[in-house]
Amino acid sequence: MGKKGFVILAAVFSLGAACLGGCSESEDGEIVLRVANWEEYIDEGDWDEDEEIVLENGASILGEQSLVEEFETWYYEQYHQRVRVEYSTFGTNEDLYNQLTLGSTFDLVCPSEYMAMKLMSEGELLAYSDEFQDETEENNYYAAGVSPYIRERLYQEEIDGEVLGDYIAGYMWGTLGFVYNPDRITQEEAADWNLLRNETYYRRVTAKDSVRDCYFAALGMLSQETVCTSSFVGQADYSTKLSEVFNDTADGTIEQVGEILKEVKDNVYSFETDSGKADMVTGKVYANLQWSGDAVYSIQQAQEDGITLKYAVPESATNLWFDGWCMLRAGIGEDSQKKQAAEAFVNFLSRPDNVIRNMYYIGYTSVIAGGDQDTSIYDYLRYNCECTDETADTTEYALGYFFSGKEEDERYILTADKEMLTGELSAMYPLKEVLDRSVVMAYYPLDVNQKINQMWIHVRCYHLGD
Amino acid sequence: MYYAFTNGEGEFTLENLLAFFSSADTVGTLLYSFGVALATTAVSLLAAYPVAFILAKGGYKRGSTLLLLFVMPMWINFTLRMTALKEILTLLEGNLAFHPFFNTILGMVYDFLPFMILPIYNSLAKLDDCYIEAAQDLGTKPFGVFRQVLLPMSMPGVVSGIMMVFLPAMTNYVVLDMLHNSTYIMGSLIGSYFSTYDWNNGSLISLVLLLIILVFSLVTGEFSGKQGAEADVSGFQKGM
Repeated sequence: MGKKGFVILAAVFSLGAACLGGCSESEDGEIVLRVANWEEYIDEGDWDEDEEIVLENGASILGEQSLVEEFETWYYEQYHQRVRVEYSTFGTNEDLYNQLTLGSTFDLVCPSEYMAMKLMSEGELLAYSDEFQDETEENNYYAAGVSPYIRERLYQEEIDGEVLGDYIAGYMWGTLGFVYNPDRITQEEAADWNLLRNETYYRRVTAKDSVRDCYFAALGMLSQETVCTSSFVGQADYSTKLSEVFNDTADGTIEQVGEILKEVKDNVYSFETDSGKADMVTGKVYANLQWSGDAVYSIQQAQEDGITLKYAVPESATNLWFDGWCMLRAGIGEDSQKKQAAEAFVNFLSRPDNVIRNMYYIGYTSVIAGGDQDTSIYDYLRYNCECTDETADTTEYALGYFFSGKEEDERYILTADKEMLTGELSAMYPLKEVLDRSVVMAYYPLDVNQKINQMWIHVRCYHLGD
Repeated sequence: MYYAFTNGEGEFTLENLLAFFSSADTVGTLLYSFGVALATTAVSLLAAYPVAFILAKGGYKRGSTLLLLFVMPMWINFTLRMTALKEILTLLEGNLAFHPFFNTILGMVYDFLPFMILPIYNSLAKLDDCYIEAAQDLGTKPFGVFRQVLLPMSMPGVVSGIMMVFLPAMTNYVVLDMLHNSTYIMGSLIGSYFSTYDWNNGSLISLVLLLIILVFSLVTGEFSGKQGAEADVSGFQKGM
């Protein structure tokens, strides 16, 4: 390399060094917000003209720029202050946690509920401010719009005497269940966790390559006999009892789960990482353990190819999950300006038109219901799922519990095709009765986590004589 | 290194090491990975040697173009190739999940074959035809020519080919994931520890793999070193 090359290289390096030292600092009073989110979990804009969504209330929605860029513009208009978002993505909750422990600093991240609980228990999170929770403030789209049902569930979870709802602002939510091909598998079979070890479908069903989801499914098989009995369901503290069963991590239980998962491994097509959706659509497998958001995606993709897929939530219980925004102490610290910007980011994403853009783009269901004033989110649901054909076999689908907190609220009874009861609607917005048997899965403490991982390794490893 | 011999509190311990060799899970995984790697290497070698020979000595005018044809698939993204292979295998077998081991080997061979062909091709191409002719003139049968002349003299290529295939094959778990083999190999085992924030055990396994690589390269280095020396001697004799 010549002298010239060396000079250029030195210049590049010093530039890099200057950037390392200076880029994360705010210059000219510009706020830098470091956000980490799941891959493909925010609308990146650039829609075609024909993708425009026109709702009954007259609103028309078209994603032009990415929401991150639009936030920067919106923030300047609202608060006359420049903000720059450094946006990065992660693949799993564990990746995020490892990044955080290995020295990456973020201000706002979007983990699942259990990882939020873990971070909370370790004192890593900052509580949302009182101003953020003020429903009367015009820009507080989250406080005004979050579904009363979701809010209630978030406030039920407690860690060390503090409630989860103060530390997380929900983003997307859903259930865990099976996407299945109704030509091959009946609804009853799919509404049973034992489908994973049902020998009739030897090598025709996939599970997820995820310890937590498989553990939950195995607990479902294990507890089937007890939790479905009327005496169990009839208990006054049914939800608490159910939650105990599905958060059981006693040594004996872990061992039993391990035995079940070995049977599962010998029976399923595979523990898939990302191929499940495609394998359903191409017909390689008949059923697939999925989160409801992915289920919606599979059902819609298959529909384009003229294949009908359905979604079922097992009878014994399902896992109610959330992903949500958490502010990190290590990133924000005492910086009140930055905290305000982070809260504004959450509010911006909770604005109904942006919620609809995200739901359209990602396929998952937002925790935002829109509040009493704004009906666009419900209108968007009607736009997708309402059945206007008078000759069709329809049913009344009550979603008041989600949109207004009143189960029988007449404004939120959707007329839907009966097929939708087992179709994408049931994956997008499950009925209240399904959620009555849903459990939020807490995080595992470190020692339990290692035991469960050992069990999982044992299930997955090759053993002599197999 | 540090993590491999410490526990969660940062104290020195050999427990990780003991746990590795006393656990049926890890030893089983090691064996399984060895099996996969061994089969992959053997199949690639058997397939690559004739190909390399034909390319180098077949007298084709466009030998290097043909070589390019073998290397070209490598320009296509690995996941795309695996997805294609998955579709083809599904067509042939009906259900992939019935033959996990076979599919894994096939996928690995498909992935690593160019790494085996190239070094063998190189050492064969460099080999002077007069050795083969000399052996034939002295009445050696074709198999003898191969065993006594070709193979020893192309050994450095074979050894580096094995090096480039065997060890990656022990850890390349993406092939297993994509072809639906749910049994862990070493790579997936390390990943599994890291995803539960267990850096200590994960590091130890990486270290064990590193040791295997070291031993492996010592052994093969010795081997190819000897071959190199012999080649030097013959070069010297030729010069005389």
